[in-house]
Amino acid sequence: MTAELSSGVELRSASSPVVLTRRHPLEGRRATLEALTGEPSITLEPLVSAVDLRVDPDGGAPEAIAAALGGTLPRSPDTWTELPDGVALRLGPDEWLLTSAAADPHRWEDRVDALAAPHGGMAVDVSAQRVGLRLHGPAARDLLAFGCSIDLRPTAFGRGRCAQTLFGQAAVLLVAHAEDDLRLHVRTSFAGYVVDRLVDTARSLRPTPA
Amino acid sequence: MQLITCPWCGPREETEFRYGGQADLAYPADPSALDDEQWARFLFFRDNPKGTFAERWCHDAGCRRWLRAVRDTRTYVFAETGPYGSFPRRSARPERSA
Ligand SMILES: [Zn+2]
Repeated sequence: MTAELSSGVELRSASSPVVLTRRHPLEGRRATLEALTGEPSITLEPLVSAVDLRVDPDGGAPEAIAAALGGTLPRSPDTWTELPDGVALRLGPDEWLLTSAAADPHRWEDRVDALAAPHGGMAVDVSAQRVGLRLHGPAARDLLAFGCSIDLRPTAFGRGRCAQTLFGQAAVLLVAHAEDDLRLHVRTSFAGYVVDRLVDTARSLRPTPA
Repeated sequence: MQLITCPWCGPREETEFRYGGQADLAYPADPSALDDEQWARFLFFRDNPKGTFAERWCHDAGCRRWLRAVRDTRTYVFAETGPYGSFPRRSARPERSA
């Protein structure tokens, strides 16, 4: 079985003629998002591989794992750093979310897990757990503020910051890329709710056509 | 709505947290030596002070870590929050099936 990550790629099993086409969990809302005019734009992020890494933060493990992956792991709470083809987000004192756009999910899990094992840590594949949305435009933070209570001003939540919080009723992971560029990750089963709420709010923010 | 200061995430809205009851309860050293009344007291009986109370809270919508808070039950004002114990220094790594 070959597994490709890009949306809509066919998964073929060598022993079976069945062709499974992987769909983005929010494929059904893609047209709605594309039809939105004005800003901020809301777009679906490509699916990536992701692992949840749990390891003792003291004693050099994060540094050793980061060096082997060719990047850094964030040291401060609620911050993120870049990996060669993904990001590392600090989710808790002993917990990180590591993504990779290139590796397929089980290989990414195997790789990070092998690096964590000597330190008594482990990595678990959570690629199917969340989907990503990108909000782009000067009003991106205003739009999020309609459902989020955390301080989203660029001075408090600038590039390099991330936060797990609530958007409306759904738990989300917010990632700040720039003042007008934010990413939102949400559990797949809550993704429809979050998109609908974002679209609804975005429409209400825009001037009604004359 | 008031903010609760998570030792990891900082001040967050109360709706992100879950209440976890009285803090600092000691598990009986030898549970099998307890009679039914003593066991029931450990399981079900909690302090209910009018005033300062040490409690457990969990930051459910954020870092999902437990914290220890001291709250005044009359005013609901949090006097302090801090980490609850410590997470395992080394995880007990289970064997994984191939
Ligand atoms: Zn927290």
